[in-house]
Amino acid sequence: MKIVACIKRVPTTEAQARIGADGKSLDAAGFQYMASFYDEIAVEEALKTKEKLSGDVTVLTLGPQDASKELREFIARGADAGAILVDPAWHSRDARSTAKALAKKIGALGADLAFFGRVATDRDHAAVGPMVATYLGWACVTEAISLEISTGKGLAKRETEHGIETVEFTLPAVVTCNKGLNEPRRPNLKGIMAAKSKPIAEEPAEAVANQSVVLKVELPPARKPGRIVGEGSAAVPALVRALREEAQVL
Amino acid sequence: MSAVVVHVEQEGGKPVRASLECLAAARACGGPIVAVVARDGAKQAAAGLGRHGASKVVCLSGAQRPSPDALARDLAKLVREQKAGAFLAAATATGKDLAPRVAAELDVTLFSDCTGIDSRGEGLQIVRPWLAGKAIATLSCSGPILCATTRPNAFAIAEADGAAEVLEVPSGGEGKAVVTAVAPKPGGKLDVKEAPIVVSGGRGLRGPEHFHLIEELAAAFGNAATGASRAVVDAGWRPHAEQVGQTGKTVAPKLYIAVGISGAIQHLAGMRTSKVIVAINKDAEAPIFKIADFGVVGDAFEVVPALTKAVREARAHA
Repeated sequence: MKIVACIKRVPTTEAQARIGADGKSLDAAGFQYMASFYDEIAVEEALKTKEKLSGDVTVLTLGPQDASKELREFIARGADAGAILVDPAWHSRDARSTAKALAKKIGALGADLAFFGRVATDRDHAAVGPMVATYLGWACVTEAISLEISTGKGLAKRETEHGIETVEFTLPAVVTCNKGLNEPRRPNLKGIMAAKSKPIAEEPAEAVANQSVVLKVELPPARKPGRIVGEGSAAVPALVRALREEAQVL
Repeated sequence: MSAVVVHVEQEGGKPVRASLECLAAARACGGPIVAVVARDGAKQAAAGLGRHGASKVVCLSGAQRPSPDALARDLAKLVREQKAGAFLAAATATGKDLAPRVAAELDVTLFSDCTGIDSRGEGLQIVRPWLAGKAIATLSCSGPILCATTRPNAFAIAEADGAAEVLEVPSGGEGKAVVTAVAPKPGGKLDVKEAPIVVSGGRGLRGPEHFHLIEELAAAFGNAATGASRAVVDAGWRPHAEQVGQTGKTVAPKLYIAVGISGAIQHLAGMRTSKVIVAINKDAEAPIFKIADFGVVGDAFEVVPALTKAVREARAHA
């Protein structure tokens, strides 16, 4: 089985946002990067599926050449190869332009299954996985918390506001992965050494015009300064009064 | 103005609140609103949608088994037939799953989890958070159709007199993925993203066995969900579904109560747009107090039971 796990290079969750000089972007100076939080769950599920059904795992990203760092971290955990669709402006692509380029590559790789994190923790669209599936005409399950893949089909569970859905689907398929799906393994030293010599293929990402136009980017409005209403349980009457009279939520 | 197609989610014949908010957001797009309701109970749910601004309600009938890809194709077909300029859905688990597929069927991009849609001024402007709310982007759509999801609690429901024409349209074929079962949540617990009040607990609770304090305070409000910080979810004290923050859920309730949560930047990003924030923390220097409207410095074990009792009494006398 040919399995692809898609990852995205995003600023670390500790990153502070600063607005770029053009007022339409984030100032990337000082950003440290990592693979998006949910990506390791996607890669783990790809590796588990390969171990169960045999095949190989390619970790794919659309990003800058430097994203080879994140790819190698996942190759060290057991992925067979890495591939970058190179675009130095990867972070400013909209969901459609990213999805179209990835769908084309995933199709060209002859994949049966593609895993994504449930959302990339930068633009937070949670859209590229299901869009890739739609462009490829594949089945898709989003935000999976359990998954069983067998020959030609799969069974997944996902959590909604109303309960846990069981979803049956056919392969090929895209599965986006939520926390709880698995417990990602850590790379070992042997894997880290081996990853250094594994191939990472690079090709330019297909250019697709954005349909999302940034007019401005701002820091969120500062909240009105609050106040400490008191200490310990003695503060509770004052808090309840504030909630009722000022905030009108009681 | 061209029409706006809105997917209205329903549960047991009742439209969900996030979808009614989405209908309110759709009014900002200007054109007539075509609401689409699917699955068993669609006709029942369709009945009151005229009051929420829909001029037409399409009930998709006859789907054998619910399928997100089949529904997305039906919705995209309706958008084309109505020559609609926009498609909106609520950013619920269902809407977030559906909208990207509709967007790709139409070959347009998606604006997820929008907190503002405004047609005043030049063209339509879309507001949505980046980095879970560390920055706020204002965008416009240069594609032929605007596809967007609206964040629950970000738009106020707008009700007025009105009636909608209700049509039944047969749904298309079987999908590649089908929902075969839904196991209801125990006790109909509110989701942290949808609830108007969220009570969250952090490491200050010292152990999972103390989260009954959080649950009892939430229960005292009656319409509150329980949330959690990343630290306690990572420690396995609480389920991931409750995690608030950049790597969990971004919430914007009317009232957010943070108990024993210090306020890491990634947590603040996920709840800073809450209308009112209350922080209860032993450490007077905790960053959470910087964004809280009302703070209580004190031990959760002392403050929370007293607050729970006071909230019960306040509601009993209301």
